Parts: sequence; C-alpha cells; structure tokens
Amino acid sequence: MDTVSAPILEVRDLHVRIASRRGIVRAVDGVSFDVPRGGALGLVGESGSGKSMTLRAILGVLPTEAQVTSGEIRLDGVDLRQLRGSDVNRLRGPKMAMIFQEPMSALNPVARVGWQIAEGPQVHLGLSRGRAAERALELMRRVGIPDPERRFRAYPHEFSGGMRQRVMIAIALSCDPEIILCDEPTTALDVTIQDQILRLLTQLCRESGVSLVFVTHDLPVVAQVCQDVAVMYGGQLVERGEVREVLLDPRHPYTLGLVRSAPDFEYVRESLVPIPGSPPSLVSPPSGCRFHPRCAFAEDDCRTSETPLRPLPGGRSTACLHYERTLEAVEADRACP
Amino acid sequence: MNTVNAVDARTTVAGAEPLLSAREVSVSFPVGSRVGARMRGEERLLRAVDGVDLEMRRGEALALVGESGSGKSTLAQALAGLQRTDRGEIRFDGRVLPASRSRADRRRIQMVFQDPYSSLNPRMTVGGMLRELLRVHHVVPANRVATFSAELLALVGLGEADLSAYPRQFSGGQRQRVAIARALALRPDVLVADEPVSALDVSVQATILNLLSNLRDELGLTLLLISHNLAVVRHLCDRVAVMYLGRIVEVAPTEQIFSTPRHPYTRGLLAAIPRMTEGAADSSGPAIAGDPPSPLRIPAGCRFRTRCPIAQPRCETEDPVLAAGPDDAEHLAACHFAFSSGAGGPRPERSENEQNA
Repeated sequence: MDTVSAPILEVRDLHVRIASRRGIVRAVDGVSFDVPRGGALGLVGESGSGKSMTLRAILGVLPTEAQVTSGEIRLDGVDLRQLRGSDVNRLRGPKMAMIFQEPMSALNPVARVGWQIAEGPQVHLGLSRGRAAERALELMRRVGIPDPERRFRAYPHEFSGGMRQRVMIAIALSCDPEIILCDEPTTALDVTIQDQILRLLTQLCRESGVSLVFVTHDLPVVAQVCQDVAVMYGGQLVERGEVREVLLDPRHPYTLGLVRSAPDFEYVRESLVPIPGSPPSLVSPPSGCRFHPRCAFAEDDCRTSETPLRPLPGGRSTACLHYERTLEAVEADRACP
Repeated sequence: MNTVNAVDARTTVAGAEPLLSAREVSVSFPVGSRVGARMRGEERLLRAVDGVDLEMRRGEALALVGESGSGKSTLAQALAGLQRTDRGEIRFDGRVLPASRSRADRRRIQMVFQDPYSSLNPRMTVGGMLRELLRVHHVVPANRVATFSAELLALVGLGEADLSAYPRQFSGGQRQRVAIARALALRPDVLVADEPVSALDVSVQATILNLLSNLRDELGLTLLLISHNLAVVRHLCDRVAVMYLGRIVEVAPTEQIFSTPRHPYTRGLLAAIPRMTEGAADSSGPAIAGDPPSPLRIPAGCRFRTRCPIAQPRCETEDPVLAAGPDDAEHLAACHFAFSSGAGGPRPERSENEQNA
C-alpha cells in the first residue's frame, strides 16, 4: 500500500438519515474511513447495517427519502458534498463507478450491450461513436466475454447472470475510474461463477490500479478481494483492520459473533453459536454501544458511553470498550475448537 | 436417551433398506409454444431431472448440492410428491408410491421452502394454519389440537402466544421456524428443506441450522437438505449428493466429498468456495471456467465435458454412469476417470493444492 500519497477516498463522520413513517431512521451514523490508492476495502454487515447506504451516499445516488445530513466525502481531495449535482455527474464514470448486485435491473433491457459499454466513453471521454465501440469491444475482451464482435449487438436478456456481471464490470471500467464501488456484486451468482467474477475483479484492479470499496454480507468473499475490512453494525463502524486479522482474530464481540455463527468451510464446529436477539431499531437506537443489548460481555459503561472507533496497536481499531473480553473468547475458542 | 438412539440409528443404517429412494426419475417441462414445437416437428422439453437414482436411509441427513438450474429443487419436489415425474419410480418405506399420492403418503414427506416471506399464508394466524392441517389430516383428536399446536411451537423455539400472530409480525428467522413447525405438524418421517437459510442473515442462519440439527436428533427425522452452500452442508449432513444439469454426478459420505472428491465438477465446486484464509489473488485461474450449458441443449456424452479440465475424446461419446469405485461402495461418481489415478490426464491445479493443505 502506498503510504506517501493521500488516500483516494476519505469519508469523515458521515450521517445519512431516512424519513419514514416510523420516524427518522439513522441509517448511517458517524462513519469514517479511508481507502488508499489501489487499495480494496471491504464493508461487511448484515441487512440494515447501513453498508449499502454508505456506498450510495458516496456515489450520490441515495433514494429520494434519504439524505446526507452531515460529514465529508472527499474523492481525490475534492469534497463531493460541496459540488453541484451536475459536477458530481461529471465525476461518475471517469472518477468513480459502481457495480450493483442485480445486473439485470442495472442494465438497460432495450439497449444493445456493446453500446451500453460505449456510452460512458462517448459522454465522458468525448470519443467518437466508432472509437467508443472499439473501446467497448476491447473491454468486452478484457472482462472475458467470449466472441465480443457478435455479443456486442446482443441484449442483456441474452446473457447469463455471470456474463451480465462481466458487462457491468466492463461498464464500470469504461472510463478508467479511480475507484469502483461494488454492492454485493456476486450475491446473486452461483459459487463457480462467483469465483470467476471475484478473480476477474481482483486481477483487473491489480492491473489498472483501481481502488475498490466492496460491500457484502459474506465474510469469506471479503477475504478474497480486500486487504482491509470495516465491520458495520447499526449504522456505525465497530471494527476495522487487515482482513485476515479481523476475521480470524476479532477485537469486537459483534465480529466474533458473525464469525462464530457462520458455518465455516474449513473446520466444523460442534454447533454454531448464533448472536442472540435481533438488530437494533435505527429510529431509536440503544444508548451507548449499539450492540450492548445482544452482547455477552456488556457492562454498565457500555449502556452509557458513546463508543467511537479507537485505534489499537498494530494499525487496527475497535469500537468495543472491553475488547480484551473478545480477545479472551477468541483464545478460548482456539484452545478447544 | 433420544439422542443416543438417533446416533445408533445413524451408524447402523448403512446396509438397511432405504427409507426413500428414487430410481431412474426424470422430470421435464415443456418450454415455448406447442405450435412452434409442432412446426419444428419436435417436442421441446427442458429436462430438469434426467434419470436420477438416489437412496435415503432412515435417520440420515442427506445433502443435495449443485448450482442453480441443476435440478436439485425439482428432484426434491418430485420426492415430496409436489411434482409429477415423467419416468422412474419413487419408493417409500418398501413400496412404490403412485403418481398421485394418498393423503397418508403425502403426510410422511414434508417440505420447508426457501423464502419464509412467500411460503406462509399472510392472512392466516400461525394457530389457524396449524389447526387446518391438524384437522384435515386427523393428526390428533379435536380436543388436543390447541395443546399440540403449542407443543409444536415450543419445539421450534416459539411461544404459545405466537399462535394468534400473523406471519407479518415475525422476523425472517421466526417465519422459518413457523414453516418448520408447520412441516412437523404432520409428524413426517422425511423433512425436505429447500435452501432453508439462504434468505436469512448470517447470524440468524445459525439458529435455524442448529434447530434442524436438534430436531433431527430429537425426532429421528430423515433430512434432505438442498443447498448451494457447502459450508452449511458440511455442518449438518452425513452424506452429500452433487447434481449437475439434471444428473447426480457424485455421492459420498460428507467427509469423503470434502477430503477426496472424485468428480472434476465436485473438485471445482469445492475449489470455488471463498476461504477466509486465502485471497483470490493467491492462485491463478478460476476453479471452473465458463457457464453451465442450457438444460435445453445438454451436451452429448458426459454433460460436464464442456467445462471439464480433464475431458478426453471418450467423454464426447460415452455418457458415464454413476458407479462406485473399487475400494469403497459408499462413494459413487459419474466420471470415466473418477477412480483411475493419473489416467484422466492433468488434474486441476487448485484442488491438488487443497489436498496437500
């Protein structure tokens, strides 16, 4: 990782609120992170943890009832929140691009695939129709779409799920962005296709030096693509660090809960340990640490003190006030697997 | 006590008569218009399940794994009697089940579906659903229906108060519990669970998997678990059957499937699972290249040959049968080179790394 240059993406104290009938939902509540140039950050959490909202806030495509209420989003040093809509538009494509979970609903069903890939270069890079089409063909080749000359004129419905996701990747790469935001890009795919797409994505990013923010609920998938991971719970970050350190040696009881409750492929436990209770309401979140009602290690101060992410030795950080308890539990797990 | 018996049953089932078995079962669906098919002078059939043999022993947990479109759900529905078969026979407890099953037969094989949001009637309370079932099938005398319903809910970890609740009042995990209670209400011998946790969040998945495992021990259920998630399978099942394009390509005890997979598809499937400990960048090519072929154009010969890393000319003409190897009658694979070491040409690199690891 490059330590000299500034991070490509800096998110500072981001707050997203959603107006709903039940009240104001604090979907993202004070999230801060950096993505280094050429780095890949995984954002994991369960449904409703705010990970997708964070991503959409960065790209500026929040649903109408949601709003960024405070915080900074700096892309390559520029605060996106200070820009007008049309200026942000100009950045989507050449600076940042997004890959969605469901390629079928993200692609235009009545436009030929090749021209959908060629659209970005025409609009943003000012290429002529012919040059843009050439570029699209080259991209289709790079993402491994067989017989690109013929497939150029095909429609999305003629493609399989994996091929559609390749098209999405080609579109994301079409204007040479600095960063690609991925929202569960392989969740809808079969495991062998997921494997192909993850490999393709890591390989392309390494070749072209693109940075990634990768949102998923699947812990092993994060370990495949990302160097760093940030764990989200109830709209906040609870732990952050190098991906294998966090997943194999967590410092927050929620991360530990996630790891323990997921059936792991490599070793079989006697029984899985679910996390008791259910995720917090984000209309009226619990006081103090949001995880305390479900936490086995909670003490009195967890109910009252705010728990921002604080640094630990070794470049990691945790929001847990009593992370030593998690550490002990991890060691106990290791002693008797 | 119960647990001990169940464990005993599991270890002794190997030689016994299977509880539920399929022989040469095929299920196909007509695709496209009848007129179009007649004009082309052909029947246009999608062979979802294409001649499957499968045995389930009493008390075992068998997993059916495969990618979408492999026919695993269709096969499960055929076994549960929810899907008509074109060919083949399904035997249950020593006799052949007729195409249209009696109420008593249907009762003994019950199913839990993937999506608990669409598989429960939104306009019926949980108690109402159970009452209807218990009355129609005369499971318990009328005066015991209420207590039996409450017992069922207790079995799946819900309270008596939930009897008067509607599905919308439950979370996804709780709904799946209701669906399991509904399946168990008829005191089935076989429980077929079709992707029971894939619609749920990770932390909730564990509760449902633990519940299924406990129920199996307590009630001595025979479990058919359909899943695309091999980690779930490894956790819960005694044996695994791998499906590809309507056929079973490998069957073996769980640990053998994971330690010494014989079919190249199984090897690829295992290699494709993301691991916590290694990144995609750590090794070279994908585990299996390409997309699965359309079930409307099943390749001649071995149906996996179009994606197979060790395919030989022979595979284009000869359709391999599912057969056991020389050493182990429990491990079956449908590949010409499954049990011949080295004769099958180069093995995919990744799976060799895995066997060493």
